[in-house]
Amino acid sequence: MASIADVPKESFRLSMLIYDTRYRSLTIQVVVFFLVMAGAAWLVDNTYRNLQLLGKDFNFSFLWNRAGYDIPQVLIEYTNDSTHGRAMFIGLLNTLLVAFLGCAAATVLGIVIGVLRLSKNWLVGRLMTVYVEIFRNVPLLLWILLIYTVFIEATPGPNAYRPGADGTPGMEMQLLGTIAVTNRYTAVPDLLFWRSLGDIDLLLFKVSLDLLAIIAALVASFYANRMLLAQATRVQEATGDRPVTWWKSILIWTVPVIAVLSALGFHVEYPRLQGFNFVGGINVSNSLMALWLALTLYTAAFIAEIVRAGIMAISRGQTEAAFALGLRPGRTMNLVILPQALRVIIPPLISQYLNLTKNSSLAIAVGYLDLRGTLGGITLNQTGRELECVLLMMLIYLALSLAISGVMNIYNASVKLKER
Amino acid sequence: METIDRKVDTSHMKVSDEVAIEITAMNKWYGTFHVLRDINMVVNRGERIVICGPSGSGKSTLIRCINRLEEHQAGRIVVDGTELSNDLKNIDKVRSEVGMVFQHFNLFPHLTILDNLTLAPIWVRKTPKKEAEEVAMHYLRKVKIPEQALKYPGQLSGGQQQRVAIARSLCMKPRIMLFDEPTSALDPEMIKEVLDTMIELAEEGMTMLCVTHEMGFAQAVANRVIFMDQGQIVEQNEPVEFFRNPKSERTKLFLSQILGH
Amino acid sequence: MQNTPSFVRTDMLPAQDPPLTEKGAVKWMRENLFSGVLNTTLTIIGAIIIWWLFSAAWPWLRASVWTADNLTECRSIIQQTWGEGATGACWAVIRERWTQFLYGFYPNQLYWRPNLAFVLLFVALAPVLFTQIPRKALWFSAAYPALAYWLLWGGSLWFPVVALFGFVAGWVAFRVLSPVNAILAAAAAAVVPVLFWLLLWGPLTDTLAAILPLSLDMVRSDRFGGFLLSVIIGVTAISMSLPLGIVLALGRQSDLFLVKSLSVVFIEFIRGVPLITLLFTASLLLNYFLPPGTNFDIILRVVIMVTLFASAYIAEVIRGGLAALPKGQYEAADALGLNYWQAQRLIVLPQALKISIPGIVSSFIGLFKDTTLVVFVGLLDPLKGITDAVRASTDWKGIYWEPYIFVGTLFFIFCFGMSRYSMYLEQKLKTDHR
Repeated sequence: MASIADVPKESFRLSMLIYDTRYRSLTIQVVVFFLVMAGAAWLVDNTYRNLQLLGKDFNFSFLWNRAGYDIPQVLIEYTNDSTHGRAMFIGLLNTLLVAFLGCAAATVLGIVIGVLRLSKNWLVGRLMTVYVEIFRNVPLLLWILLIYTVFIEATPGPNAYRPGADGTPGMEMQLLGTIAVTNRYTAVPDLLFWRSLGDIDLLLFKVSLDLLAIIAALVASFYANRMLLAQATRVQEATGDRPVTWWKSILIWTVPVIAVLSALGFHVEYPRLQGFNFVGGINVSNSLMALWLALTLYTAAFIAEIVRAGIMAISRGQTEAAFALGLRPGRTMNLVILPQALRVIIPPLISQYLNLTKNSSLAIAVGYLDLRGTLGGITLNQTGRELECVLLMMLIYLALSLAISGVMNIYNASVKLKER
Repeated sequence: METIDRKVDTSHMKVSDEVAIEITAMNKWYGTFHVLRDINMVVNRGERIVICGPSGSGKSTLIRCINRLEEHQAGRIVVDGTELSNDLKNIDKVRSEVGMVFQHFNLFPHLTILDNLTLAPIWVRKTPKKEAEEVAMHYLRKVKIPEQALKYPGQLSGGQQQRVAIARSLCMKPRIMLFDEPTSALDPEMIKEVLDTMIELAEEGMTMLCVTHEMGFAQAVANRVIFMDQGQIVEQNEPVEFFRNPKSERTKLFLSQILGH
Repeated sequence: MQNTPSFVRTDMLPAQDPPLTEKGAVKWMRENLFSGVLNTTLTIIGAIIIWWLFSAAWPWLRASVWTADNLTECRSIIQQTWGEGATGACWAVIRERWTQFLYGFYPNQLYWRPNLAFVLLFVALAPVLFTQIPRKALWFSAAYPALAYWLLWGGSLWFPVVALFGFVAGWVAFRVLSPVNAILAAAAAAVVPVLFWLLLWGPLTDTLAAILPLSLDMVRSDRFGGFLLSVIIGVTAISMSLPLGIVLALGRQSDLFLVKSLSVVFIEFIRGVPLITLLFTASLLLNYFLPPGTNFDIILRVVIMVTLFASAYIAEVIRGGLAALPKGQYEAADALGLNYWQAQRLIVLPQALKISIPGIVSSFIGLFKDTTLVVFVGLLDPLKGITDAVRASTDWKGIYWEPYIFVGTLFFIFCFGMSRYSMYLEQKLKTDHR
């Protein structure tokens, strides 16, 4: 029995650090750790010495100084007396604005193109293929610049809409006289309220109560509609017959919003020419229009491919099985194909949203003041704080991206197909 | 043939005079390829027909024409008195009365087994959910996997999935069942469990059309074996006679290849 | 007849042609264009769109002018030929300025150097892309970067050649020490080239240049522009980002916690910020991060940043490929007694890379398109840099469709070609499971 105790305890040798599986990974990690730390220390040291040489320091107090520059397109109030911090915030909102508008429009356009590309119609299918290939294989910057240049060079000045002195009629406004495209801006109708509820001040910025009321009505409609559908499902489960709901759904979605709008005295004010400019509507700068259109057209090509691939990923057998069970094509789409295709489509779709948001930083090419244009542009040049501005800008973009991909991961985990 | 090791109870297997499927002078082309040539065939209620033939002989296409998964270009197909044409109503009627089992199961991976089974009864037959679930559980017990009801298809073995697929078709209470190579994608030990389920179905008197290479099943259950080659019916006979005494050279060649080892 | 219980066909039926309505153009039109109300509507809408595009573009293209000295002359030619108020394409701008679009402000008399480098690029690429070519040709591929650098930037031949010597020195050190100790050899392979460059690069270059002066006229980086610049940045970044991406992907799959976390942080950081901010870092912040007084070429900085950017995306693509490999492949490699690097090199990576080809190529396409962003750090990319320069000249003020169409077409040809090549490669490599 003594033999167990007799086994000599293996003494530790230096070579075991490398050749013994127990220590090897630890050794490698320690080495990596020291290399990384040394690299980081080198960078920090360099930065510190460089800052000293330039007589600069590293602090963010400039964000509370007066910005002193104007931003043509703002969502919340801002003057050139506001701080750099607020200018940064305006820029971020502008980034979010164009990202939101772009994502919404690109999704709609992308789905339409993707579905049409799958259609049995040869002509339309080919047309959509050409669209996708052309937009995917040419840099986004070209689309932004081209559209912007066309706006600037090929559209008339506001003056052209004025009737001539000799009585010749001016140019017609586009879209049944509701909008006017000019070489400086696009005048679009403004939405106004006779009996506005005013704004609520949230310290940092003001929010229109009218907007909140409309959002509240939509949220209420959403839940009411969900209740309606749940009710229909209950009836179906009990009796087998699903009550007809589509007209009720339409009523639920439209009536509350219309009620709120009419209570607020909603009306549309069309732009009209006064002096040398359009007034009454909103004059959307051409830089925003060009950026939005280009991001939409470009991203739609990618989304179309995602939609097409998602639907094609569902094997033909699924459709056939549903048909063989007697399900109609519409039901087959809703109950069998879409629930599966969405799992395939949504993750890459969200990463396209991410790309669009990052690509919106190309706003610099047309002078739209987004986050990159304010914090990373004018503020950076005025204060000379390159290090702080660029780092802060990167952090904000990073936070945006991580938030979006976090949402995506939660979604992925919740719809993952169960397999063994 | 070793996969059938039980005595088949033939007491309920009765062929009536009532015509279930009638196919007359049916032709089908894929583009310019003549895939089915002058098919004439009458299936009476209660018949159990096995269709065999080399790959590419059009046997799968034939039974897929019967519930209009494929369109035929000439001739008539009448199922239970309903002629298949471009009329959607007729197609719906035929599809809800004819069940089909596929080679690759084609279960819906995003739904539980129970939801797979109740989907069509609820949306096509407009059965109340509770009733549909009772029927579903009944058939799951019948195919001997009631305990898997709340799992997802991906969590089941191939044999279990195919039995679920059979149960899914049965939930629609079909009068005719089509089987498109139901055991081809399965491992040998799973083939048996699926064939057992099919035999039970036959014993209850179901009208069955079966594309399969399981000759043991054909001998034990079928009342007629049809051999197809080059898109046409080459030979048909009662199973005993068909296997013991094939007439056509093509049939002999095929049988020697499939049984000869 | 076939309905009788027993039936035997004696004569096989011959294949027949489908009925007339089932074949030819009529059937094709009926099925693909007019198979229903919706389909017919779509066809009509499609035809209207095509007609609209055609009627907008054709008169303009038809009135193309190829020779003119400036836009005014161009327009007057069009008016003379096609009547008052006619508009037309003025391709004369491309004819006059195409060298700028291709080479930027690279000296005219030296165009042969980028041309030669471009041709040699294909010679160097051939053995990498096609396995039929003798393996010895790979030596040329290895020497190509130094040669291309010398051709493009000029200066003494010995400068890039001595840089190559650094790699050779590292390799020699590795071979000498590897019988002694593998770890020591690996460390030497990393340290020796660095020491070589720090200590010997300058003196050795001077000595060799004194013995055998071989040099070309120097061309400064700010003269580079147009597609020359895009291709330089694109090709360098593509060839460097692939190995880096592989290392990052392996790091992310690693069992070593620290290695894995570092890879994840790096990849997610790069993927989370726009390329523009990284280019900004290259132009503005690198001065802070490097030792005081260091200053190196802006093109090199941009190439480094674009490489890092692309490698993070490629790492994610390859990670997908690694994840798609069955676990059995890893186990089989272990069972054969291969060590980690052998298993990766011989078993895992060849398969994972094959799966990832479409993703890798679309990353490359993205990278090539993104080379246009260098305009924002002051380089003359073909799209904005050169086009703006052309449009700013008095001769061509006001022209915009023609240069954008020209540059867009060239980009389209490059990118579409790459995507088709990847589809071809995918088909060719489809060897498994069949």
